[in-house]
Amino acid sequence: MNREQLLPALFPSGWTEQSSTAHAFTGTGQVGDTTVQVIGSSDAAEVGGDLALFMARSVLDTVRDHPRRPILFLLDTQGQRLRRHDEMLGLNGYMAHLAKCVEIARHRGHPIISLVYGQAVSGGYLTTGMMADACYALADAEIKVMNLPAMARITKIPLKRLEELAAQSPVFSPGVDNYFRMGHVLEVWSDDLAAHLQQALATASIPQDDQRMRLGQDRGGRKLARPVALRVLAHA
Amino acid sequence: MEELKFDLPSAAQTIARDPVLVGVVASGNCEVLVEQSKAVGHCAVTVHTSAHGFAPIWQAVVEDFSARRHAGGLSIEINDVGATPAVVSLRLDQAIEVWEEHSNG
Amino acid sequence: MANSYFDSSARERLLATVDAGTFHEFLPPSARVASPHLRQLDQPVAFDDGIVIGSARLGGQPILVAAQEGGFLGGAIGEVHGAKLVGLIDRARVEKPAAVVLILDSGGVRLHEANAGLVAVSELIRAVLAARLEGIRFIGLIGGAGGCFGGTGLIARCCDVLVMSEEGRLAMSGPEVIETVHGVEEFDSRDRALVWRVTGGKHRYLIGEIDELVEDDAAAFRDAAIRLLSVPGGLSLADVEREHAQLQRRWTRFAEAEDPTDIWRALGVADPAQLSMLTAAEFVALAAPCRSHS
Repeated sequence: MNREQLLPALFPSGWTEQSSTAHAFTGTGQVGDTTVQVIGSSDAAEVGGDLALFMARSVLDTVRDHPRRPILFLLDTQGQRLRRHDEMLGLNGYMAHLAKCVEIARHRGHPIISLVYGQAVSGGYLTTGMMADACYALADAEIKVMNLPAMARITKIPLKRLEELAAQSPVFSPGVDNYFRMGHVLEVWSDDLAAHLQQALATASIPQDDQRMRLGQDRGGRKLARPVALRVLAHA
Repeated sequence: MEELKFDLPSAAQTIARDPVLVGVVASGNCEVLVEQSKAVGHCAVTVHTSAHGFAPIWQAVVEDFSARRHAGGLSIEINDVGATPAVVSLRLDQAIEVWEEHSNG
Repeated sequence: MANSYFDSSARERLLATVDAGTFHEFLPPSARVASPHLRQLDQPVAFDDGIVIGSARLGGQPILVAAQEGGFLGGAIGEVHGAKLVGLIDRARVEKPAAVVLILDSGGVRLHEANAGLVAVSELIRAVLAARLEGIRFIGLIGGAGGCFGGTGLIARCCDVLVMSEEGRLAMSGPEVIETVHGVEEFDSRDRALVWRVTGGKHRYLIGEIDELVEDDAAAFRDAAIRLLSVPGGLSLADVEREHAQLQRRWTRFAEAEDPTDIWRALGVADPAQLSMLTAAEFVALAAPCRSHS
């Protein structure tokens, strides 16, 4: 699904674009009486300093002009931009800056939701969609760090072994379902996206600490993370 | 990974203290964890190594170590990524030196 | 005699940073909280999963401290490593130490546990920022062989303040990855001087990504960390708006820059070629009036 198909499916009552580039867009959509600020990447966007600034600006403007307005991140990214120029200017600083903007928005009572509708890869996903209170993905979307052949080359573990293990373990291979089991994706969406969004907004309005470790444990994808964190908290 | 276990007589280590760790699990290196055990005149060593087929060399290193040092009543566990016998001996010696440097209380 | 921070292990660095005799470890190696995922892949494990955490004093003040072992799988973050660090930050929100000191030496997400690692990094970013909003101060130290890349590079730039040595590297993607994808003209990862010009401590200091540049010496890192204890903590909307303006300015001002020396020259450094020869003190004396502030 591309952004032209996604936006009307999420906002049958109406979507208004405010600003847009080839790979990023921002605007507002209506869900019942609620106006939602939409900040998105599209067409397998590379996340460079410019895209991080574009999104950060939209978050900051929302915080300044529209107290408590829900923010919805829509993601279709191939990951961070792999260019010397972006690294030279401090890409990790730009991306961390966006994360700070989102955290400030959360702290000020803006519900934050994200939806992966295309791909979400590694660094391109981290300080955007993964910062949400609730992270969602379409059933046919893709979330990953790296594909298995590249992983096999770098870890020097035979591809066959990785593929065998990937069939039983959600810990390393690409897939929205694996991220569901890890406790990161709250729900996988298909069919009536507008209804899903309405439900998501209702749930997200109740502020909470990061629940993903608990979910990862409940779903069996991350059995150790929560117990280890609790042990550290309790250690004499 | 290959797991090897050794149990050798060794002069009693008289100092009682918290566990000691030396080394790093990096290529050509190993980490050595030393803890108190109840087997007074013995040193138990467990090795987890990514380099297969070197049991006789580990045997020699561990025998040499338990003869030279006071390792009786200690339990040692090693995570190894292809360290040479010289590096392993060095780490074992470093671990005992740290052990003997301090005591509880 | 100088004690090279670069050559030291995580444990050695941590002990050299904190006040002598004050370190108390949480989940020590004897607890054997190692990675079940590495075991399943028949890979070597570390008893502490490559990160040392605990409480200590720094300059007499209570801190929580973590040190990543860059020698173990490049210091990369897996499920247990990540959870140890999240737990430490959760603990900081309860105990309110004078600072959380992060001795960073990591390439980012551990591929063997890629999904767990990515989610852990995301949890860490949220945890650090939530704690900062409650006034907890985060001091990051970067100067190891692993560098500070990927998710760890993001966590670094979520800290209040950063200290680097010239030998330290801080970036998002490693030069090798960029070269693999876009070729050697884009980034010759074997050109060490280029790698350090782009990702090394002196460049990061000049463009305002870090706060202090020190010698590759454990005592120098310790002294800098103690100095930074008195920098105000917290994270406000005003701080972030200010940072936005600076980052926007940097993006526009250096849009045409090809090499970091172009940037240094534009910042008023008279002889950019000389910078790599200078000691940390000489460099800071020269750079402090020129650099962009974050």
